[in-house]
This record gives sequence, structure tokens and C-alpha cells, in this order.
Amino acid sequence: MPKSARLAVRKTYKLYIGGAFPRSESGRTFVVNGDNVALASRKDARDAVVAARAAQPKWAGATAYNRGQVLYRVAEMLEARRREFTSLGVKADELDAVIDRWVWYAGWSDKIAQVTGGANPVAGPFFNLSAPEPTGVVAVVAPASLLGLVSVIAPAVVTGNTVVVLAPEPQIAITLAEVLATSDVPGGVVNILTGKYAETAPWLAAHADVNALDLTGVTSGELAAELERTAAGTLKRVIRPRQDADFTADPGLRPMTALLETKTVWHPKGE
Amino acid sequence: MFEYAPAPESRSVVDIASSYGLFIDGSFSSSKEGGTFKTVNPATAEVLAEVAAAGHEDVDRAVAAARHAFGSWSALPGSERAKYLFRIARIIQERSRELAVLESLDNGKPIKESRDVDLPLVAAHFFYYAGWADKLAYAGFGPDPRPLGVAGQVIPWNFPLLMLAWKIAPALATGNTVVLKPAETTPLSALFFADVCRQAELPPGVVNIVTGAGDTGAYLVQHPDVDKVAFTGSTEVGREIARSVAGTGKRLTLELGGKAANIVFDDAPIDQAVDGIVNGIFFNQGHVCCAGSRLLVQESIAEELLFSLKRRMSTLRVGDPLDKNTDVGAINSAAQLARITELSEIGASEGAERWSPACELPDRGFWFAPTIFTGVTQAHRIAREEIFGPVLSVLTFRTPAEAVEKANNTPYGLSAGIWTEKGSRILAISSKLRAGVIWANTFNKFDPTSPFGGYKESGYGREGGRHGLEAYLA
Repeated sequence: MPKSARLAVRKTYKLYIGGAFPRSESGRTFVVNGDNVALASRKDARDAVVAARAAQPKWAGATAYNRGQVLYRVAEMLEARRREFTSLGVKADELDAVIDRWVWYAGWSDKIAQVTGGANPVAGPFFNLSAPEPTGVVAVVAPASLLGLVSVIAPAVVTGNTVVVLAPEPQIAITLAEVLATSDVPGGVVNILTGKYAETAPWLAAHADVNALDLTGVTSGELAAELERTAAGTLKRVIRPRQDADFTADPGLRPMTALLETKTVWHPKGE
Repeated sequence: MFEYAPAPESRSVVDIASSYGLFIDGSFSSSKEGGTFKTVNPATAEVLAEVAAAGHEDVDRAVAAARHAFGSWSALPGSERAKYLFRIARIIQERSRELAVLESLDNGKPIKESRDVDLPLVAAHFFYYAGWADKLAYAGFGPDPRPLGVAGQVIPWNFPLLMLAWKIAPALATGNTVVLKPAETTPLSALFFADVCRQAELPPGVVNIVTGAGDTGAYLVQHPDVDKVAFTGSTEVGREIARSVAGTGKRLTLELGGKAANIVFDDAPIDQAVDGIVNGIFFNQGHVCCAGSRLLVQESIAEELLFSLKRRMSTLRVGDPLDKNTDVGAINSAAQLARITELSEIGASEGAERWSPACELPDRGFWFAPTIFTGVTQAHRIAREEIFGPVLSVLTFRTPAEAVEKANNTPYGLSAGIWTEKGSRILAISSKLRAGVIWANTFNKFDPTSPFGGYKESGYGREGGRHGLEAYLA
């Protein structure tokens, strides 16, 4: 080795919980592509739910305009960090799709209520309005690719939910976390856990303070069924796994509406 | 208070046969396994008819009929499907007196409710969804929405025909075919609806009715050739259904229990609030999943409000469901009466103060006097568990924040009520309540154009309105 060669500073990939990057409380790591990355524990999953719950009311209560601005800022940061994602093996056209997808969702923040809510013409003297509201805290088993990851995170957060994401590709996911952490996304809105989702997902599926479970990234049918059964205990909303999902296609409204409740308010209309 | 003379509605408009079969593929047939059960008039305990209990083979036949019919039904232009639904709506209107009397006989609900609430809404649901059948591309679920296939639907006994309409109308409008299981204690109006389908010349197999108890329903929702499951009923059974469809890819909507908070602020118009409270909990004998079963009243007006409420309750007329003056009818079944009785006794034993107006109950049938409990805390079982009967728990609060906290302190999230003259308070409180339907200065209002459904453990999905189509479209 020549004397002048500079030794690179390696990045440690940790978890992303509550806006911070802690190691797993368990002290466990595993090796992915030569990096030691954090292996999330059940306690980390619970901590992430606490962070997501704490952040949820304020995030949902932010103006739609504000949420849209924050999301758009994420797209700016993604664009700026293209090179880093490329070095992790993300292809240029996927990056284009990721950034465009994120921008697309950012624009939904102040439109989804108009498209999915509205006045109901009831047969009587009532003012009757339906409006969407976030389901709350969503636990997500994310697909491996960056495009898959943003395709499950963006629809959840743009609608005012907060998420706990189990991500199979740690380096890509934690690099996305660094994007989020520097994009005005409030701490706790997105929490990312790396490790073995088969280990942590059952705890999230059973967690009484998790309102919905997105199984898009689950690759085992058996595990998916088991997680669905567990989620039934608290009647969580479940998004089923989609092995054949084409994340480059127009996702439509379903990824957003699946994580929304509809609230209808009636008031008499009279003098 | 002066006495009203009895004003009974005539039973002669309804011709109830002594026995009924299953409605499969456009005709009635007996159960392959030969089982039957009896349905009784809860107001008298008199047997109304014997009804076939569908076994596994019968459910298989019904699902096969629905599957067979699906091909041509889903291929029919929406405008043609619409015409069938309009026909059904019209026939229901024309036969509404007959169906209302039948519903009151089999269910125990007052005729003025089945006549003035249930039946008009049933017809309205078919009218509303009929109009969607040829406009689905405009419903916002994509440009080419497709039906799912065969829908297995299980409905409860509290609004037998209305729940049938909520389930069947959107399913048919979107091109699905259905197998519906009505509740064991109230199967008759669904069987009369089968006759309405025949009158409308609906193609055989599009609607199939399988009567039976819980195991019939369980077999139906687990049937491998059912693509979509819709259930209205208890949270406990809903959880079981969610477990049983796990991993199957079946679409699922659930309308489950509730423990609604009806919140009365100190500036509320007391008389209107009292009427809303009464309507909230004593409508349909409290057999309503969205019933206002927890009254949260601001402490400063609690005494005045309770005085008015008790006075109003003393004027409620409990008795013969077919009497047009009856406000509160019979409890639907002996089993339900036992549950209401048990939870009420627990309420008293846990220290809440029980009160009912003086009221003479008939000596036959299943009856429970309108009851309120005061001095209830959030820990009391009567404040936490769904009673599904004419029993109101009264709690108090001091600040709006406390009202919201108490209202949301339940695993349920179906409905809530707010009573205040202050508009900004209505908007502020309703935005903080975790419930799917919020009635402000009114209660228990329903309309086919208005989505209905719960947050949290009150289930998932919405019925009614444009939103109600989503559950039946791919």
C-alpha cells in the first residue's frame, strides 16, 4: 500500500428512531456487503412505535401546505444525494422514478381531502361532510428496492400518518433516513429499523398502539398470513403483500386511501 | 299525562308461511342436511315460522350459484344492472307496509321505526346504488373499476332489512353477486327480500340467501370461492373473521361494535339535547352499534340535564311493537336480554346508581325498561363494554379537553355526539374525536349518500355513499 493512500472513513449504518440514529439497544449487528449494520430488536421496534405515536398528532395537525413543502424538500435532498445512492447500486433510472414518485406524492398533501372527501347530499336538512383522516401509526414491512421503499413510505406520511418501517436493504434505507433527517421531516414521523423483519414484524403486528400494517414487502406467504392473523387481534388495517407489484406504474389512490379513515360529521341545517 | 288508546297496526298485510327454505339460484329449497330452526316474535315469544338451517353443502350450492351468475351479471352493462336495482327499490316501496310489519314482528322494533326509518332507508339505498351502476368510472377508483366476484355477507339482527340493503345494493351495483346470511333470530325479511328479487326478475344466483346460525356464517366467510367478505356484528366475531380470512387474499370489510360518547356542553340547548340523548340510546331499544351509550355531560349542567332526561324518559311508551304509539319495543332475544340484564347488574354492583322510569312491562316476550346509570366512571364495565340495549351510562366532565380524552378512551371508534351552540367548538371537538361518524346537535341519522363506518376496533371500511363502492371494486 503506497504511503500517500488515504484511508476512507467508513459510515456506520444505525437505526433511525425519533429523528436520531441510535444503535440497536440490543447491541446486535449483522454484516451486509461488508458493513456492520444494526440488527433491530423487539425493544427497538417498541421504541420506534413510541416515537411514531408521539409525532403523529402534530404531523397530522400540520397544514396540508406545510406537509407538502416538507415532502417536496425530501425530493430536493434525494436529487442532491443521487451519487450516494448510485454508489449503493441504485440505477439512474430508478433514482429518477424515486424522485419523481416522491414529488408526485408531495403534491397530494393538499388534494387528497378534496378528492376523497366532500359534502354528502343527504335527504334532510343537514349539513353533512366527509373528510379523510390519517389512520395513525403504520407499521410497514418495506420492499427491498429504494423505489419500493419510497412507494410505501410516501403515501403513508403524506396523508398524516407516521410510520415504523422495517427495511430489508439497510444501507439504502438508512441513507434515505439521512435524507429525511435533513429535510425538515419532524423526528418520529418516519422511523426505520434494519434487520430481520421476520423477527420484529410479529411484535409490530400485535402492538396495540399500531393502527395499520403494510405487508407490501413480505416475501413469505406463510409469514404474511401469520402477521395478518396477529393483526386481527387489534383489528388493524392490513395492506397485503404484493409480490408482483410494479412500482413504476401509476399507483393510483389506493396506497393513500388504505391508510385513511373517513370521518363524517352531521349537523342540522335550519333556522 | 293522558293515556293513549291502543293503536295497533294490522298484521293482516303480512302472510307468514309456516316454514321457509333457503333461497339459492333463484328458488327456495330445503336444507340438504334437513336442519331447521324457529324464529320467534320477541314481543310475545310466539313462533313465527320454521326456517331452514343451511349446512356446508347448502352454502357450497349457494356460492356455486353466485359464481355461475357472476359471469353474466358482471358482463351486463351497468345501465341494465341499474334497472334491476331500481325495480327492487320500487317493489320495496310498494311493499313497504308489509315489510315494516314483518320486520317489527320478527325483530321486536316499534312499527313507527320500521315504517318511518328502516323501510324508507332500505328503498333509498337501492335507489342510490342503482344510480351508481352505470357511473362507476366516475367514482374515483380508477377509470376501469372491476367487480371482485362472489361476496359472502353476514348481517346482524338489529336492522335486518336495512343491513341487507347496505350489503346487497352496492355489491350488485358494482357487478358482484352475493350470498347473504341473515341473523338467526331475524331471518324473515331477508327471505321476503328473496321474493322481491323474484318479482324484479333478477337473474337466478345473483342474490342467494342462506339462513342459519353462526356456523353457517363462519363456513360462508371461509369458503374458498368467496372473493369478498362483508360483516356487520360484534367486534368479537369480527376479530374471528379477520383471523379466518388471513392469508387468503379475500377482501374484507367489518362494521363492528361501538361505545359512542354523546357529549353535552354547558351551552347546549337542553331540550334538544335531551331528545338527542333519548334518540341516541333508546332508538331501536339501543340495539344500535353506533348508539350513544355513554353520555358525557359538563358538570355544571349535569343536574339540570338529568332532571330533564328522567322526565323525558318517563314519557317513553314501552310495549307492543305493532302499536303505533310505542317508542321502545321488545329486546330481540332471550340471549340478548340476558346479556343486558347481566351487564346492568354488574353496573349496579360496581357502584353506579341505576334508575328507570316507572313502566309496566308485558308479561310475555323479552323486555327491558329504559335504564340510566349515574355516577359512572371510566373503569366501570358498563362504560367500557358494549351493552347493545336501552342502557345509558352517564359520566361528567369539566373541560373540553377532558371530554375529548374520555370520549376517546375506548378501543371502539364508531360514532360520537356533540351538543353545543358554539360552531367553532363543534369543529374543534369533532376533529379531535377518533370516530367515523359524528353527529353534532343531532344523533342516529342515516342516509345512503353518507358514508358510515368506524375507526379502531369498530372495524374497517365504509358503507354508504361513494365510499361504500370501494369495498366491492378491484
